[in-house]
Amino acid sequence: MNAFAHHFSFEFRTGIRNKTLLLMNYLFPLGFYLMMGFIMVGINPLFLDVLIPAMVVFAVLAAALLGIPDPLVNARENGIFRSYKINGIPSASILIIPALTTFLHLVIVAAIITFTAPLMFSAPMPVNWLNYIIVFVALALACTGLAVLIGVVSPSSRMTVLWSQLIFVPSMLLGGLMLPYSMLPEAAGKVAQLLPAAHAMNAFNGLAMGRAADFSPWGSVIVLALSGLLAFALAGFLFSWDSRNTTRRGHPLMAFLALLPYAVGILVF
Amino acid sequence: MTQPIIQLDNFRKAYGDYVAVHGISFDVQPGEIFGLLGPNGAGKTSTLECLEGLRAPTSGTLRVAGINPAAEPRKLRNLIGVQLQSAGLPESINPEEAMKFFCAYHEVAPRFDLFDRLGLNEKRKTQFYELSTGQQRRLALALAVAHNPKVVFLDEPTAGLDVATRVELHALMRELQAAGTTIILATHDMAEAEEMSDRVAILLKGQIVTIGTPLQITATGAGLTKVSVRTQNGSLQSAGAVFPAVEQQMFKDDYNIYFSSAIGPTVAAIITCIESQGDALIDLRVERPTLEDRFLEITATGESK
Repeated sequence: MNAFAHHFSFEFRTGIRNKTLLLMNYLFPLGFYLMMGFIMVGINPLFLDVLIPAMVVFAVLAAALLGIPDPLVNARENGIFRSYKINGIPSASILIIPALTTFLHLVIVAAIITFTAPLMFSAPMPVNWLNYIIVFVALALACTGLAVLIGVVSPSSRMTVLWSQLIFVPSMLLGGLMLPYSMLPEAAGKVAQLLPAAHAMNAFNGLAMGRAADFSPWGSVIVLALSGLLAFALAGFLFSWDSRNTTRRGHPLMAFLALLPYAVGILVF
Repeated sequence: MTQPIIQLDNFRKAYGDYVAVHGISFDVQPGEIFGLLGPNGAGKTSTLECLEGLRAPTSGTLRVAGINPAAEPRKLRNLIGVQLQSAGLPESINPEEAMKFFCAYHEVAPRFDLFDRLGLNEKRKTQFYELSTGQQRRLALALAVAHNPKVVFLDEPTAGLDVATRVELHALMRELQAAGTTIILATHDMAEAEEMSDRVAILLKGQIVTIGTPLQITATGAGLTKVSVRTQNGSLQSAGAVFPAVEQQMFKDDYNIYFSSAIGPTVAAIITCIESQGDALIDLRVERPTLEDRFLEITATGESK
């Protein structure tokens, strides 16, 4: 097994072994899915139509935004990156491997949700499986990219929580998970288009679930993919091996450039 | 003379206006155990971090095994091993995974034999955060030497270790040295530095105040040598003799204790006195000033080389 495989294998097991990551990767999304399936569908039967995409989007948001940044910040603050640097572990591995392992956990959780929701709650399944997978990959790319970027630029765990919640909470409220995008006031709709969740729900609905999209669904896929790639590139550029090393290549506020595709998307789509 | 494996020439490190190291120069020979001592803020960590390639020097020249650490860190990684003072490992990794992980990046086979040597075999599957401080430090040492580096940097290697493990670790350091490995030892434990180091440099306020073998360093101070004498009849106590070069004396637990600035004349006079009194010597101990005494003397006075 080569170094990358050892690194990946260890990080993947950490996602289950570490109690916080186990909670964010599995327990929180699956617990929320069961609660929404049993309770929300009873209160709002229309929610059943979007149960699968909404819960998959929620799982991606939770695992990526709440699970990835903090371990990165802690590793940097505790000198783990310094140790990695001395031993020749590249920064690309440090940034990409947690994203890849989280993606693998998300594939498992998304599969559980997708295949149990029709059986347990009679939720409609995707009608276009290829598009379903494409949207899922684009969403995972966007969210893991943002999460890694937050981990790179946050100076502390406290700031990590702040930045993550700044995306997670509005996504829950405006992202089309609980409330359809079409019901949002126009201004709130524009704000929602700055969030990966709104684009993911729009793309899932328009491309995979056989429902009407509120704006260009392929545009949403492009926005998600571009923002994810941009976020990873910015994370690589802004990465620092330790917090005491003040020689960073750019200002942390450059991280906001990752939202550029969303801003352009508002104008174009 | 062999080519030094570590060379510092007028090495200076500054952080903004604060100068941590003021243009120091020294060489370390292959196979040497070199102690780097100094109080907190003396510039040890800055020096080590620049040698390890973690930071770039502000000016001056550094060479480790002929490589400039700041310019060629990739070439350096298989030549050095570093046991950092902080953990340096994810909390959920276990020793077996850590060994495979680090050895894979160094492209060498895992050295599980080191777990036997360092008493970690039973903890191979225990997560890092569940290991005791001593076990964590032993694991860090095992990982630092697993790829057979030419130079090993040890930062407080025995802090938090019990006596048996400390002895084992010292034996491992000697083995590494015998195999030609150079060891840079940064420690606050003066007894360890004195016992293990071939040469020692003491840093103070970013400058080297003294460098040499522990014997050379302890010999140059103003410290007094302690001579403890016990005789059959206690004649020294009753005679009340005054001996040459003795600056202080006391009586404790049947021993006459003298603090001498010139050990030869003092001991000779003591023995002559005992014989002249018809007494017999039971025990005589000579304790020269330790490296710790000399270190305290240097750091207290802030003397320059």
